Amino acid sequence: MINIKSLSFGYPHTALIFQNFNWIVQRGETWAILGSSGCGKTTLLYLLAGLRFPTSGDIEIDGERLTRPRPRSGLILQDYGLLPWATVRENAGLGLQVREFYGEDGKHTPKNFQPEKNSEYWLTKLGLSEVADKYPSQISGGQRQRTAIARTLALSPDLLLMDEPFSSLDAITREDLQNLTLSLCKEQNLTLVIVTHAIEEAIALGSKILLLDSSPRVFENPHVGQASYRNSQEYRELCDLLWKEMRNEKSEK
Amino acid sequence: MNKRGVLFSIIGLAVAWQIAAMLVNRDILPAPWAVFVVFVDELDNGLVTHFLYSLWRVTAGMALSVLLAAPVGLAIGGSKRLDRIFSPIIYLLYPIPKVVFVPVVLLFLGIGDVAKITLIFLILFFQIVVLVRDQAAGLPPQLIQSLQSLGAGRRALFRFIYLPASLPAILTALRQSIGTAVAVLYITELFATKYGLGYYIYYNGSTLFNYPAMYAGVIAMSLLGLGMYYAVDWAERRLCKWKFVS
Repeated sequence: MINIKSLSFGYPHTALIFQNFNWIVQRGETWAILGSSGCGKTTLLYLLAGLRFPTSGDIEIDGERLTRPRPRSGLILQDYGLLPWATVRENAGLGLQVREFYGEDGKHTPKNFQPEKNSEYWLTKLGLSEVADKYPSQISGGQRQRTAIARTLALSPDLLLMDEPFSSLDAITREDLQNLTLSLCKEQNLTLVIVTHAIEEAIALGSKILLLDSSPRVFENPHVGQASYRNSQEYRELCDLLWKEMRNEKSEK
Repeated sequence: MNKRGVLFSIIGLAVAWQIAAMLVNRDILPAPWAVFVVFVDELDNGLVTHFLYSLWRVTAGMALSVLLAAPVGLAIGGSKRLDRIFSPIIYLLYPIPKVVFVPVVLLFLGIGDVAKITLIFLILFFQIVVLVRDQAAGLPPQLIQSLQSLGAGRRALFRFIYLPASLPAILTALRQSIGTAVAVLYITELFATKYGLGYYIYYNGSTLFNYPAMYAGVIAMSLLGLGMYYAVDWAERRLCKWKFVS
């Protein structure tokens, strides 16, 4: 699904964030990218979203070199993603509206694009029908993120990119939305890449965890999504392991 | 701005005016009631026509400013390159008091309404450009990126983000400009016209020395401004509903 080959990237006048970085993601996998602030995890997500471009190397998604935002990738950000002047219903339908605006030009909108389910379906499915006519400032943080998810799913994506989407939510809402995300990925056969700085979130969502630091490495997390996994010994051991790895990296700096 | 507030303000101002008139006790400051009686009489005597002329000029000037300044502000605010090129030009021209151009504008555009509307336009244009530009440039990048990720290119960004995000700025600019626009209107109507509140006030005050009628014109000008404030507030409640939700 995602194939990153010899990626190098740096912002102007700063050191390279990525140097000769390689990474492969298979279709249907759920990946969590974990790292402390400034490690480049959000940059990596923006590169995958086609909003930034490599200094050298290639990013291929679904066999195609990425040169602009890809219509079947959905990006969900921590905040500000919703238009404050549009209602929940209008926000959820925004992606479809953009596609209508351009028509099927093959560039902004895929040719022969037929949404499998409209935004109204997703509003109902995600429990947003009652607040559909409210503005983002009138609803809770959890409902705002559900709206962002509904807007993305309405475009029938095959790849979901999330940038710390639940970090500003309370613990209960966060867990609910993490479970919802996992079940949606399974149901819609989505590939998920989620960026987070929270170890618990990485373990709750990623069947594989990419720890992004001076020497990026991958941790397998095969039990993700299983009932009561969060209370298990394996969960706690992986938490400890990742915590130690991140701690070591920090003290080496 | 509620109706009760406006009513209390009118009563308060009328009382202050009455006290001032009693203290001055000269023809040049008649009492509010005397002016009110003349105001009602003058309505049948041409004041309405003068009011409508002024309303047309100031509305046309403001509409022209919005139509031309909003796209310019959006374009500059949405592009760092355009901002670098055009902002210095705007900063050079913005502080010039446009009233100094009255003779030049009259010379080039003649003595009709076009010159008067152009002067109002010149003053408001820069004010709106700067406010809209700042609004467009200050949008959170996440908002733009999330729309780009939905497939939006430059055109869709303008349609779905920059334009709706700038509406409050356009309305704020309009609200801030009403006072200036009406003041400039007065100056433009001193020249080469026999219609408009500016002409009416000047003619009654300085030629006929009919002070009650002059003050009736001042009241009409104040009502013109008040009406425009109400119109902008109404437009804001209609166009920016999201700002008024609890």
